[in-house]
Amino acid sequence: MSPAVDAAEVRRRTRELLASHPPATTGRTDFLKARFDAGLAWVHHPVGLGGLDAPRSLQQVADAELAAADAPDNDPRRIGIGLGMAAPTILGFGTDEQKRRFLRPLWVGEEVWCQLFSEPGAGSDLAALATRAVRDETGDWIVDGQKVWTSSAHLARWAILIARTDPDLPKHRGISYFICDMTDPGVEVRPLRQITGEAEFNEVFLTGVRIPDSHRLGPVGEGWKVAQTTLMNERVSIGGSRIPREGGMIGPVAKTWRERPELRTPDTHQRLLTLWVEAEVARLTGERLRQQLVAGQPGPEGSGMKLAFARLNQEISGLEVELLGDEGLLYSEWTMVRPELVDFTGRDAGYRYLRSKGNSIEGGTSEVLLNIVAERVLGLPAEPRNDKDVAWKDLSR
Amino acid sequence: MTVPTPAATPDLLYSQDEEDLRLAVRALLADRAAAPTVIAATESDTPYDPRLWSSLAADIGAAGLLVPEKLGGQGASHREAAVVVEELGRSVAPAPYLTSSVVATETLLASAAVDGPAAALLGELASGARTAVLAVPFATPPAGAGPVLAALDGTVRGIADAAAADVLLVPTAEGLYAVETSGPGVAVESLVPLDLTRPLAAVTLTGATGTLLADADAGATAVRRGLLAGAGLLASEQLGIAEWCLTETVRHTRERHQFNRPVGSFQALKHRMAQLWLEVVSARAAARNAADALATGSPDAPLAVAVAQAYCSGVAVHAAEECVQLHGGIGMTWEHPAHLYLKRAKADSLAYGSAGSHRQAVAELAELPAP
Repeated sequence: MSPAVDAAEVRRRTRELLASHPPATTGRTDFLKARFDAGLAWVHHPVGLGGLDAPRSLQQVADAELAAADAPDNDPRRIGIGLGMAAPTILGFGTDEQKRRFLRPLWVGEEVWCQLFSEPGAGSDLAALATRAVRDETGDWIVDGQKVWTSSAHLARWAILIARTDPDLPKHRGISYFICDMTDPGVEVRPLRQITGEAEFNEVFLTGVRIPDSHRLGPVGEGWKVAQTTLMNERVSIGGSRIPREGGMIGPVAKTWRERPELRTPDTHQRLLTLWVEAEVARLTGERLRQQLVAGQPGPEGSGMKLAFARLNQEISGLEVELLGDEGLLYSEWTMVRPELVDFTGRDAGYRYLRSKGNSIEGGTSEVLLNIVAERVLGLPAEPRNDKDVAWKDLSR
Repeated sequence: MTVPTPAATPDLLYSQDEEDLRLAVRALLADRAAAPTVIAATESDTPYDPRLWSSLAADIGAAGLLVPEKLGGQGASHREAAVVVEELGRSVAPAPYLTSSVVATETLLASAAVDGPAAALLGELASGARTAVLAVPFATPPAGAGPVLAALDGTVRGIADAAAADVLLVPTAEGLYAVETSGPGVAVESLVPLDLTRPLAAVTLTGATGTLLADADAGATAVRRGLLAGAGLLASEQLGIAEWCLTETVRHTRERHQFNRPVGSFQALKHRMAQLWLEVVSARAAARNAADALATGSPDAPLAVAVAQAYCSGVAVHAAEECVQLHGGIGMTWEHPAHLYLKRAKADSLAYGSAGSHRQAVAELAELPAP
């Protein structure tokens, strides 16, 4: 065990990196690789895997120093699924070889990741998934099935994949977790056009996709447990950063209100004030959660933040369309495009209104999240179920 | 136009000292203000328990939290006082803490007389030996605090905790006065309040005399500051109410069986409780933010208080209403304490200004003007 790394040590190492690789004269990828190797990618990771074995809270010390020096970042929004979901799962369940192979190019952004979880027949009931992985005589896994709502699939080099390896077991127990090569000839990616007119997501068809057993994450049949880590990290990643006042969707509405007095009505004024207060309280709730994490007292509040933001985004953008009057009847562009990034606030009110409808569906519907809060936080009993002890193959579909 | 930004990042957590204080207050209230005791007390002539008050005010030292040590107080801040208020909300114990130890105390501290006639009174309030209340209707918002009376003559209705108070702080057009309730020309008439745990009274002054604490302008400023502190810490009371309501509702619906299963297993009910949990979590952030802004004297305090009141009022009422509904018939009885919380929550939603009046304050402070 190396001596405990404190804030001063993180600062010293960051300055050393900046001295040996001046951002002004170092290529972006070279700088990021050097940063990873210096243990400043995820300071809480083990040494050699992008970290220093330091407390997670010290990451902000490195980040602040690097931002002040105008160092390039790894464009976290472009590789969000890799950073937020694949990396913690690989760190938690991967073999040493998998960790060494995948984490560095993932963090640096050389390899984009996507997530092959949801299926047309397995949304909220993800454990009912039907994509099959069958082991052939070589020991490789042959995967057939269909996945859906896959963002970045057309850009991704790798995917985290869950598939059914034993249909005779109850549904949660017959699943295994894999790393899937998106360049395999059996992988077909088709854009999935959505309510906004664009295709931010994809459908992914898997036909005879070959995955070596060395790309399995965790034991055979334990895929559901591994996936819990992935999904937990998906929700925890919200609330990580400090949001300024009026930082979310309320910002553009408040701006419009101030700049365009002719649009104001008594009704929209009351609704704006109510939503402004709720947005400010949601911001403070996120800030309190952040302070709890920094103080090493993580609370269950994170599971609630997504619920709050989903509802607020929908109500605020709905008000915004209405406030705009005649202009609210227009839409910027229905042409089908495949955006690399989703910018919730960068487009017009109509787009925000439509896109935010997904906020209460993606990453766990609000109804499922309410169940999670009720059962895991409040300790309320679960609804009686008839699907837990039945072999997957015998469930009604 | 620029977007108003908070001056500094507020500390939204509870310190270890604050948690220790909470445990002491909670233990005292569990001992002296259990629900049957509070229900019985509300049916007596005076719901206040003098032994509870002396333990809270003097032994724990809660009455003097806002008062500097040189004036006989604890030299703590609104953050600690907010924790006391939160626990009092959780127990709905009748105690003139918010009215005397927060609003009257803050008004005195803000008055110019803090080095003169107010000093002795502050010491008495800090020790809990006496209590004082600000003689304005309980529903007065911080921004609407004009003098009610022209002089020490006339009637002010709806003053919270006046019947138990030794001193009235009376804002008049001539200035802010301290008037002894036992003095000549002072009549305190108890009213029948919606919330039996916080009695209201009408005070009639007929040629009463008092000590001038501040002239009209300085008095008005002091009263506004007192009411701002009251409104800000009331959010913590509302948080305490809401938390109790949620906790009890979860407890009840886990135990209560209908249709051969706990009623809390039905999604129709558990989703409502999960929603309340989210509101409670949010109310805590808003209430802590207001307490911290008051404690640090932040220029953001008026907005932080307005946001906390605009939000937490509705949360406490919602939690209490859900508590009654999800308790079914039991929630409608006099025996079960749910009604105490509903009445307190509803009365609190008017106290120191309704949510609507605080949203109007937000409109001004956040530069979102009316049409």
